[in-house]
Amino acid sequence: MTQVQKSADNGVNVDALLGARAALTQAPEAARFKWRATSEWLGGTHSRAAVASFHGLGSEQKHRQTFQFDVDHPEIFASEDNGATPVEVILVGLAGCLSAGIAAVAQNRNIQLRSVKATLEGGMDIQGILGIDENVRNGFDGIQVHYEIDADATAEQIAALVAQSQKRSAVFDIITNPTDVHVTVSKA
Amino acid sequence: MTTRRASWRTAACVDALVVGGGHNGLAMSHALSQRSIDHVVIERGDVGQAWRSERWDSMRLLTPNWMSRLPEHAYDGDDPDGYMSAAEVAGFLSAYATKFAAPVLNHTSVLRVEPARGGYHVVTDRGDWHCRALVLAGGAFNTPVVPRVAAALPATVTQLTARDYRHPGQLGNGGVLVVGASATGLQLAQEIHASGRPVTLAVGEHVRMPRTFRGRDVQWWMQATGLLDQRIEEMDDPGRARRLPSPQLVGTPERVTLDLNALRQLGVTLVGRLVGVRDGKAQFSGSLRNVCALADLKVNRLLDAFDDWARSHGVAADGRDGRLAATLVDQPPRLGAAFGSDIRTVVWATGFRPDHSWLDLPALFDRHGNLLHDRGVVAPGMVVLGLPFLRRRKSSFIHGAEDDVRDLVAHLADHLDRTARTGVGLSLAAA
Repeated sequence: MTQVQKSADNGVNVDALLGARAALTQAPEAARFKWRATSEWLGGTHSRAAVASFHGLGSEQKHRQTFQFDVDHPEIFASEDNGATPVEVILVGLAGCLSAGIAAVAQNRNIQLRSVKATLEGGMDIQGILGIDENVRNGFDGIQVHYEIDADATAEQIAALVAQSQKRSAVFDIITNPTDVHVTVSKA
Repeated sequence: MTTRRASWRTAACVDALVVGGGHNGLAMSHALSQRSIDHVVIERGDVGQAWRSERWDSMRLLTPNWMSRLPEHAYDGDDPDGYMSAAEVAGFLSAYATKFAAPVLNHTSVLRVEPARGGYHVVTDRGDWHCRALVLAGGAFNTPVVPRVAAALPATVTQLTARDYRHPGQLGNGGVLVVGASATGLQLAQEIHASGRPVTLAVGEHVRMPRTFRGRDVQWWMQATGLLDQRIEEMDDPGRARRLPSPQLVGTPERVTLDLNALRQLGVTLVGRLVGVRDGKAQFSGSLRNVCALADLKVNRLLDAFDDWARSHGVAADGRDGRLAATLVDQPPRLGAAFGSDIRTVVWATGFRPDHSWLDLPALFDRHGNLLHDRGVVAPGMVVLGLPFLRRRKSSFIHGAEDDVRDLVAHLADHLDRTARTGVGLSLAAA
């Protein structure tokens, strides 16, 4: 294989990622992260979530700022539509995760990206959440993701970027595989 | 066969001791004999025991007969393009052992190996040995790997591994879930399905390969293009290269390609990786399409590389194609199956790992229990053979033993020379 000059710049510091991979292989404890969100109900179906801190590399970490997310339901649900619905936030998370992965993989493969556009759609039969039909699940019955990518690469190389990104995506894994969810409650 | 016996009272001394009388152990024994190095081969059963007792009845090698060769020993039958059965492999190995009078101690199991002054103390069920050099040649396919989710299966489901599977008649009636889509998983899925039991095949990451490409066996291409000789130090991600599942191949007289499309056409239900059990139901990953897309892209890159090589080496292109159709999956693939009604039996075709549990040297293993080694050198005077991509891509193949043994016997000979000269063995206890 011929050595190719690294010329692509997608703004991803792949050397740092590869360095972290090497370091964390030797220190698996530091690789154990905790991701967090808090949420407060504001009234109706409207709540506001905040993301500020997380745990990783052996210590507490902070985002540069606290990010807030308003979550609500649309007017056809007799709600005020103060924000995206929670299920749309799931799509947002999936898109963000896959696109970040595409950029990182492209950088590692020295592929210059010019544009990466994703369209996502989750199908849902709301007979599930409304309790009309016990045989209908609450969640998505499937998710369609379409990527339109302009890059210095062949169609196969671009397809491989998207496939590799799914393979390494946390949100893709969270959605496609079961996760144990433990909800506790206390009286304030 | 050797007439030497270890004594129960005192350990018998030997310069080198080889654990395992399969193709790796015999190839090493041949190399040691050529250098006149005093050694024994300890074999728990008869030569090539795993081929006699731990393979399913219809199993055949994934490599053609012309590729089955060991130092000064090669297939000499009239079907070079065929594929050996397990019994034929055992016969091939027995003939080899006889040919150079390999000093094999049959029906002897190694119970423990511990460091001793100047080398290693080897405890067997038929006496103890002291050796200055040790060869781990038990192969890579000793212990079936069964994922943790197995423990969550209902007790009513019968489970067995690819090591214990012999033929479909062993299984009860009703649906069978085969877990794993390497060569083993696909072959068992096909055979069990043909017996009339509905089969569901759980598919994770896998490696596709056509049996033939442009009229030649895919292994011919793998060898001719130099891929099989690729060294572990050339790989970007050696860990991944070593963990790669075996390609989806089968050895049949018709040289058919066995892939997921062929199984789906037969009526096998393809599902994603088995990821959980909940309320008596198996849960399959929603990643089936992507693992298929990854494998499709990868096999096409491989075949492109073959074509590029053929062009640049002036190899006449045979018009026959070997391109594989994109893998088709049901739209949408099933995400669950009920144990009991849909699935009565689960067959784990989820790989094997070597068994070095008798090696009483904890420092030689990583935190996952994998043996640490540098291209086969475990410690001064201790080498391992036959692990996937040990030194080269072909390391776990029968014909891969020759080059690895040549490299590693040099290490052993050098170690034996040095320790003999100084009179002080390098023992791990002292290191």
